[in-house]
Amino acid sequence: MKFRIYRYDPEKDTKPTMKEYDVALEPTDRMLLDALVRIKSMDDSLSLRRSCREGVCGSDAMNINGKNGLACITKLADLKEPVELRPLPGLPVIRDLIVDMSQFFKQYHSIKPYLQNAEPAPEKERLQSPTDRLELDGLYECILCACCSTSCPSFWWNPDKFVGPAGLLAAYRFIADSRDQATNDRLDDLEDPYRLFRCHSIMNCVDVCPKGLNPTRAIGKIKEIMIKRMV
Amino acid sequence: MVKRIPVGAHYGLRDWLAQRVTAIVMAVYSVLMMLIVLIERPSNYGTWKALFSHQWFRLASLLFALSLFWHAWIGVRDILMDYVKSTAVRLALQILVILALVAYALWSVQILWSIQ
Repeated sequence: MKFRIYRYDPEKDTKPTMKEYDVALEPTDRMLLDALVRIKSMDDSLSLRRSCREGVCGSDAMNINGKNGLACITKLADLKEPVELRPLPGLPVIRDLIVDMSQFFKQYHSIKPYLQNAEPAPEKERLQSPTDRLELDGLYECILCACCSTSCPSFWWNPDKFVGPAGLLAAYRFIADSRDQATNDRLDDLEDPYRLFRCHSIMNCVDVCPKGLNPTRAIGKIKEIMIKRMV
Repeated sequence: MVKRIPVGAHYGLRDWLAQRVTAIVMAVYSVLMMLIVLIERPSNYGTWKALFSHQWFRLASLLFALSLFWHAWIGVRDILMDYVKSTAVRLALQILVILALVAYALWSVQILWSIQ
C-alpha cells in the first residue's frame, strides 16, 4: 500500500517534505495505525504519537487524505491510495506528525473544565436524577484529540482568542451539569465576540469528530441559554 | 513587554441575534418584492413610481435597507476580526465601514422619500 507522509524535523530541515512509502501489509493490518507502526519499523526516524490504539486516548489524531481523524480507528480498506498523511492543521509542528497542542489545551483550561459547587461535598457523591444525567450524553465522551478544533477555520485564524469546538463542547458539558453552580460565570466568560462568537456554524467539527459528537449543537445550546438570560 | 491576549469584551450575543433577525427581515422583503413583481408586473416608470408612492412600501423598503446595512456591518466586522491582525488597522477599517454604512442609510432615506 502506498503512503505519502509529511516529514519535517525543524532541527535539520529547512522546510517540510512529503516522503513516499510503499508497504507490504499483513492480513492482520486493519487500521491505519497498524500500517504506520509497520512503516515505523522500516524507518524509525518517522515520529508520531500513539498510545491506546483503540480510539480512546486521542493521541494519534492526524490529517488523513485531507480530513482529520484518528489513525487507530480509520480502516485501511476505506482509504484512497496514495494515503496522504499530514499533521493536524493550524498547530505548530514539533516533528513529522507530532504537533504542539499547548494552544489547544490552553483554550480547554480557560473554560474551567471542572465541577464548581460551593456546597459541602456529601459523604458519598453528588447525586443526579437519570434525566439530569442524560443531559451529559454526547458531551462527556470527548477525548480531546483536537480533530475538531484543528479543522475549524475560526480556530486557525484566532487560536489564541477563540475557545474552539472542543473547548466549547466541554464548556457546555459543565453548563448542562445539574451539579455545577457556576453557570452564570461560565456564560459571562463566553459572552465575547472572540471566545464564543467566532463560531459561524460551518460544522467542520461535526464532520470530523471521531467520536461522533456534535460541538455545533453544544454551541447552539450555549447561545440558547444566553438568549434566555438576556431576553 | 508582556504579550497579553485580552478577551472578555462581554458582547456578541446581541450581534449574533441581530444578524439572524435582519436576515429574516431581508428574506420576507425579498419574497414580498418577488410577489409584487410577479403579480403587479410593474413595467414602466409610472407603475414603479406608483408602487413607491405608498408610505407602507417606503417604510418596508427602508426596513430592508437598514437590515441589510446592519447585517453587513456584523458580517464585515467578522471578516476584519478574522483576517486583520493589527488592532490599529482593524479599528480604522471598522470606523470606515460604519461611516460608509451610515451614509448609505441616510442616502436610502433620501432616495425613498424623494419619489413624489
